[in-house]
Amino acid sequence: MAMTMTEKILAAHAGKKEVKPGELIKARVDLVLGNDITAPVAIKEFAKIGTDQVFDRERIALVPDHFTPNKDIKSAEQAKILRDFARQYGIVHYFEIGRMGIEHCLLPEQGLVGPGDLVIGADSHTCTYGALGAFSTGVGSTDMAAAMALGEVWLKVPPSLRFHYYGSLPPWVGGKDLILYTIGQIGVDGALYSAMEFTGEAVSALTMDDRFTMANMAIEAGAKNGIFPVDEKTLAYIEGRLKRSYKVYQSDPEAEYAKEYEFDVSRLEPQVALPHLPENVRPVSEVTGVYIDQVVIGSCTNGRIKDLREAAEILKGRKVHPEVRLIVIPGTQEIYLQALQEGLVAIFIEAGGVVSTPTCGPCLGGHMGIMARGEKAVATTNRNFIGRMGHPESEVYLAGPAVAAASAVKGRIAHPKEVLGNDH
Amino acid sequence: MIIKGKVWRFGDNIDTDLIIPARYLNTSDPKELAAHCLEDANPEFVRKVQPGEIIVAGKNFGCGSSREHAPLTIKAAGIACVIAVSFARIFYRNAINIGLPILEAEEAVREVREGAVLEINLEEGKIIHVETGRVYRAAPFPGFMQEIITAGGLIPYVRSRLSR
Ligand code: SF4
Repeated sequence: MAMTMTEKILAAHAGKKEVKPGELIKARVDLVLGNDITAPVAIKEFAKIGTDQVFDRERIALVPDHFTPNKDIKSAEQAKILRDFARQYGIVHYFEIGRMGIEHCLLPEQGLVGPGDLVIGADSHTCTYGALGAFSTGVGSTDMAAAMALGEVWLKVPPSLRFHYYGSLPPWVGGKDLILYTIGQIGVDGALYSAMEFTGEAVSALTMDDRFTMANMAIEAGAKNGIFPVDEKTLAYIEGRLKRSYKVYQSDPEAEYAKEYEFDVSRLEPQVALPHLPENVRPVSEVTGVYIDQVVIGSCTNGRIKDLREAAEILKGRKVHPEVRLIVIPGTQEIYLQALQEGLVAIFIEAGGVVSTPTCGPCLGGHMGIMARGEKAVATTNRNFIGRMGHPESEVYLAGPAVAAASAVKGRIAHPKEVLGNDH
Repeated sequence: MIIKGKVWRFGDNIDTDLIIPARYLNTSDPKELAAHCLEDANPEFVRKVQPGEIIVAGKNFGCGSSREHAPLTIKAAGIACVIAVSFARIFYRNAINIGLPILEAEEAVREVREGAVLEINLEEGKIIHVETGRVYRAAPFPGFMQEIITAGGLIPYVRSRLSR
């Protein structure tokens, strides 16, 4: 039977020759992830199971990234639960402050995920690793606890939706714009319970960092996972990182898709999602009248080196608008160091921005840039829900790093061309 | 199990940041969290909700983050059941795993108003509007979910598997 790559990965992990959408399977997991918000709940549930060991010390990743470096006593207590658990059970991939990063930037970078893997994480953006041709999906803390004990998870095989992008990408249009545009087209439940498979020449042309951005936001369309075909860029990325063996799965040409979409990207503008849902998407030129107070460049969506380079290209030799606060948050220590060595950090600081240690921080309204009543931010993050970055009456506009940087300069939402001119 | 209680109405796409804003997630204590349940969506709710009451909402309830704190908070606030047109998938899993009853019943969502009293038979997926006597049917749980529910949640289920 013809299968999609999602179905093939699920079948392989369920020890079956084939699976069909809707089928219930018990699947072996290659990696289980938790963070400083979700893992404490999982650890509490794990204790109730009454086992004295985890299924595999090397296949659990614990990343304190949300409220860290800890912003207050309560969050310090939560992070300590992870640290203590990691020591007690000898968890190999526990990432301490100073060696950590935002989980979904960190795990691929550290070579903990490869093509063909099945990964679950107690974090909804676990779907990010689909960029590597893995099946990965977010679950809850109790699921995480069960998987830490059994090395298994119950899953319903999702129907697959295919998103085919053709044409060549205009300047300043990247993965973030493609995924925002897509969510704008299908809505925040447009892929509910489904697998989003991203294909086409425009997708092949994307960097790995852009693909991570797209897979990351599959959840914002309600999807179970997002997934990309494995190509030479994928293999180049895992080269020298991945410590385990891997397997490349490809969708069969006759595989069944519940629905197929085709998008011509040649004329796409950079996209912006207006408050308070990621589906409220407009081309940037329609929203340049929105004045802003803050710009956040970072998060598991756009905190990677390509994002920082793009922002720096726009900010180089320019100043952040006097009425705007620019906060730049590299996704991991490695990205931070690289940005430092490439001179990007200097560019941000000279422009009048702050550069933070890796953290989720303002993305979820945790710390490091919370907004007051009535304030507006352009953010390269993934959610613009009510109260997501602070006061319930503050507003978040989602965009890619180029629009975010241009907006920081202009003090209002802006197309990068307004800053750089048309020849870029 | 029979649940009888008054209805609180909410709209479509009620996300987990509305259910419990991340600014309160520096704790995982359900009682502390419950004091802020849905406060950005309806500040009245958390002040007035009584144990045993019911949430009726639109489509895609619980979208957004994977935080299990969301169903935990709703449960700790005293809500006995959430009825919606559809649930976001992680919220759905989490609710089953922690034992918060949820039902998908589009017709009920269309017709039931805030303040109405419903009587719900969970096993049968039957919802009765007490005042009008109207009966609504909820979509049945898929088989594997039913196994977890019967075991009393995912953890008791895993415990029994490990001891076998
Ligand atoms: S950066 Fe934001 S979306 Fe990503 S894991 Fe952190 S809080 Fe979640």
